[in-house]
Amino acid sequence: MTTKKFMMVNRKAPYGTIYAWEALEVVLIAAAFEQDVSLAFLDDGVFQLKKGHNTKGIELKAFEKTWGALEDYDVTKLYVDGDSLKERGLTADDLAVPVEVLSRADIGKLMEEQDVLLSF
Amino acid sequence: MKFSILVSEGPYTHQSSDTAYQFAKAVLAKGHEIFRIFFYHDGVNNATRLTTPPQDDRNIVNRWSKLAEENNLDLVVCVAAAQRRGIVDEGEMKRNGKDATNLAPGFRISGLGQLIEAGIQSDRLVVFGD
Amino acid sequence: MLHIINKSPYDRPALETALATGEGSILLIEDGVYAAVKGGAEESKVKGAQGKFKFYALNVDLDARGIADRVMDGVTVVDYAGFVDLVAENKTCQSWL
Repeated sequence: MTTKKFMMVNRKAPYGTIYAWEALEVVLIAAAFEQDVSLAFLDDGVFQLKKGHNTKGIELKAFEKTWGALEDYDVTKLYVDGDSLKERGLTADDLAVPVEVLSRADIGKLMEEQDVLLSF
Repeated sequence: MKFSILVSEGPYTHQSSDTAYQFAKAVLAKGHEIFRIFFYHDGVNNATRLTTPPQDDRNIVNRWSKLAEENNLDLVVCVAAAQRRGIVDEGEMKRNGKDATNLAPGFRISGLGQLIEAGIQSDRLVVFGD
Repeated sequence: MLHIINKSPYDRPALETALATGEGSILLIEDGVYAAVKGGAEESKVKGAQGKFKFYALNVDLDARGIADRVMDGVTVVDYAGFVDLVAENKTCQSWL
């Protein structure tokens, strides 16, 4: 099978809408298809990675555990926009998994290298 | 050139489905090929044959069915998103014990792998959403 | 890279985020065309970025919103055929939803 570079671009907060959750499902399938998968988190997308989600009260599935499972699928390229973190009062220490914090310009450069950009 | 399109929003509420349709027509008019149009998130709602828009408004679902028929297009609705939102074909009806189907002509329900395959096989994949 | 923006700059930060990612072509569609309006708060941002980005706006969306007569200089108005050409000419496109 041809391998292409797929980048999933996540810019929405978790739970208020379903996009974050359904984006993850695409990530797992792309990995199962052995594609070169990376994830970019910008704007409110960085909130998806925040540690300590407790969704019992809103009765939605929490997907914090899924971040941890990505490694089993060989999905390890998680890029986070530093400005988006700062604007939202977060640092890399607040996040549930190891990520690479980059500038928007550097994320832009990575985007240019992709074959497929999927936005959610 | 081979194009694929991802439609992430349902009919009427967002303009995305209209834009995607107009874009698809323009792609074909330019002589390019459409490998697949994939419907995800609320985009699956483009595939219910049960809509009855006002007579003087565009019929988004029928429009997709007609475009598919006239151009032999592959319109694929994500099975997981469809199950969540109640878009059902014969297979899904039997599998999930539902009492009706509602999938419009020209659409088929399948897995997310079809989206990934579209990305692999196409030269360009354009996302229309909110 | 082609950046497609479909949301009003007064509603979402999509345009701002896109502009910070580097350079390329920006196509404004749907409510995104409001960023092309002369005299709006976004004008200086768009004009300032015209060195790094080529700006385009979709004609039918400008017409629909009654703003085709006030598109700022430096924004090229295209039709759907032009939209297809922009996608074909750029190796990838990012939809800033």
